[in-house]
Amino acid sequence: MRKFALTAIAAAFAITSFSASSQAAGNAPVPAAQEWSWNGLFGTYDRAQLQRGLQVYKGVCAGCHSLKYIAFRNLTDIGFNEDQVKAIAADYDIEDGPNEEGEMFSRPGIASDYFPSPFPNDQAAAASNGGSIPPDLSLMTKARVNGPDYVFGLLTGYEEEAPEGFDLAEGKHYNHYFPGHQISMAPPLYDDAVEYTDGTPATIEQHAHDVVAFLNWTAQPELEARKSMGMKVILFLIVLTAMLYALKRKIWSDIEH
Amino acid sequence: MSAPVWNNKVVKWVDDRLPVFTMMHHTAYEYPTPKNLSYMWNFGSLAGFVLVTMILTGIFLVMNYTAHTSMAFDSVERIMRDVNYGWLIRYIHMNGASMFFIVVFIHMFRGLYYGSYKAPREVLWWIGILILLAMMATAFMGYVLPWGQMSFWGATVITNLFSAFPIIGDPLVSWLWGGFSVANPTLNRFFSLHYLMPFVILGLVVLHVWALHAVRSNNPTGVEIKTPQDSIPFHPYYTIKDLFGLGVFLIFFAAFVFFAPDYLGHPDNYIPANPLVTPPHIVPEWYFLPFYAILRSIDFAIFGIPAKLLGVIAMFASIVILFVIPWLDTSKVRSSAFRPVYKWFFWLFVIDTFVLGYCGAKAPDDYFLGIEGLHVITMGQLSTLYYFAHFLVVMPLVGKLERTKPLPASISESVLKGGANA
Repeated sequence: MRKFALTAIAAAFAITSFSASSQAAGNAPVPAAQEWSWNGLFGTYDRAQLQRGLQVYKGVCAGCHSLKYIAFRNLTDIGFNEDQVKAIAADYDIEDGPNEEGEMFSRPGIASDYFPSPFPNDQAAAASNGGSIPPDLSLMTKARVNGPDYVFGLLTGYEEEAPEGFDLAEGKHYNHYFPGHQISMAPPLYDDAVEYTDGTPATIEQHAHDVVAFLNWTAQPELEARKSMGMKVILFLIVLTAMLYALKRKIWSDIEH
Repeated sequence: MSAPVWNNKVVKWVDDRLPVFTMMHHTAYEYPTPKNLSYMWNFGSLAGFVLVTMILTGIFLVMNYTAHTSMAFDSVERIMRDVNYGWLIRYIHMNGASMFFIVVFIHMFRGLYYGSYKAPREVLWWIGILILLAMMATAFMGYVLPWGQMSFWGATVITNLFSAFPIIGDPLVSWLWGGFSVANPTLNRFFSLHYLMPFVILGLVVLHVWALHAVRSNNPTGVEIKTPQDSIPFHPYYTIKDLFGLGVFLIFFAAFVFFAPDYLGHPDNYIPANPLVTPPHIVPEWYFLPFYAILRSIDFAIFGIPAKLLGVIAMFASIVILFVIPWLDTSKVRSSAFRPVYKWFFWLFVIDTFVLGYCGAKAPDDYFLGIEGLHVITMGQLSTLYYFAHFLVVMPLVGKLERTKPLPASISESVLKGGANA
């Protein structure tokens, strides 16, 4: 039994060290760890924060960044009721068609539509953004190392002037956390970029925290269901395993081993 | 081992025509198993469990996956978001691959420590190596299917290795790709083969178990079963012990699936594949890192053979060499418990594989563990050297020179004296 425990610990240690070392690649500064509501075994999303984050996305990010894996109907997950979702969707013009005449046409959005992309294609996106394509944000916090902390660091990590001796290219901006420090995106957030309906102070940090929380939900909408199921599964397994161990002791009690 | 008598009429009717119940009785119930197996002997059945888990979750994933470069990534996201419990099935499958390798690597290290590859278990060992090779091919092709950045670039790097072979190299790579780059034909064939290979593995597992039942399980003393007192029936003693081990393993597995599902993966694979943008660090999954380190260590040509080709040969040789260790190991004693010198080399080898894994994860010109002046590439080369020296020099020499401890007369004598470590 002791050996078994040692083996398990060794295995856990091994993969931890492997994974940690494979993620440590790269020389960009490590963004400071933030306190997110979903951290830890029991952490969940804060619905009010996700709704504020949606406001920031709509007011700031959506001008350039798509959110193509999210449908308006998904917004019931973050605390909107069906009528609110329908109202949010109806604010958007969605291209649909072709109709019976073979023409594409525009209509108000419905709950089953996805967030429309700001540009019709990558070429248009690049042409409007100095040659860079603003990435889709649906999976952003999963697609970067320490995703939520990184995105928060990026959004709040701009310098007005590049450090002395740093050769900043035309049309680029200096950012502490972006690999290579030269980013095409202009500082997107400023105080009062969005006026919160719930009266939360609209600072840059608050905007960044809220939009990162929202984007973590778009990346991992299953997070709460996953963790709560995980708790039940692991509790069940612990009881089952303890019973199996007792049974094992009983069955082996007549064997000299 | 006499034929069992079946009292149930239906069972007897079937068994007289197809002796499936007799076979099950022989293989599970009567199969005499050494009474002194430690928990290190749990990992074979765990590997079997993971294989079945992978096949089952895989079948359900395929129902919702689309093998086309323009839709594969989106179809995986659809599984994660819109398919009922799709996230659960995918996370089990994704982490199951890592679990499979964890379990199989421990299973293999156990075989190495206790000399389970020695006569008469050579063929059993060989089939095991074939299973590992098939697993590696399956895992590699499976990783390509979500068509993320690491899928695409991993596939590009690994398939390009074959271009190292002279003359046939380039045509071979085009043939593997089904075109002139990793593209839709590549994805389609990888998908087809990824579905096929698990059943090849399953067939190999059947052979592996068949060979096991012919030569019987090794045990911590390495002394064969001699008298009936040395063995106990597999059922119920090892069925319950395996079930308990399975419970512990499932807790470990579930911890990853539910609380850190992306921990063992790479964030870049949540970026859709883009042939025009190369990720700054193309790193394979953790279970390939030691082999990747061996591949990269060879950065010099020998006798005009280019470094790339030598690296590829070294990487394949690192696994192929396992086929001949039954003859490289000259010791008459199986279990390292009775080999005071070799035991140390065994643990050095284990550490060596971890060092290789670390080197595989890092950029070659990084410092090893941050030690100023010691580059990862240098440490990788030293570790590669030891990897091969362990089999080619240590195994033959230590086996000849070492004075082993006296072996117990039998398994039951060892048990009475307190086991192999006494």
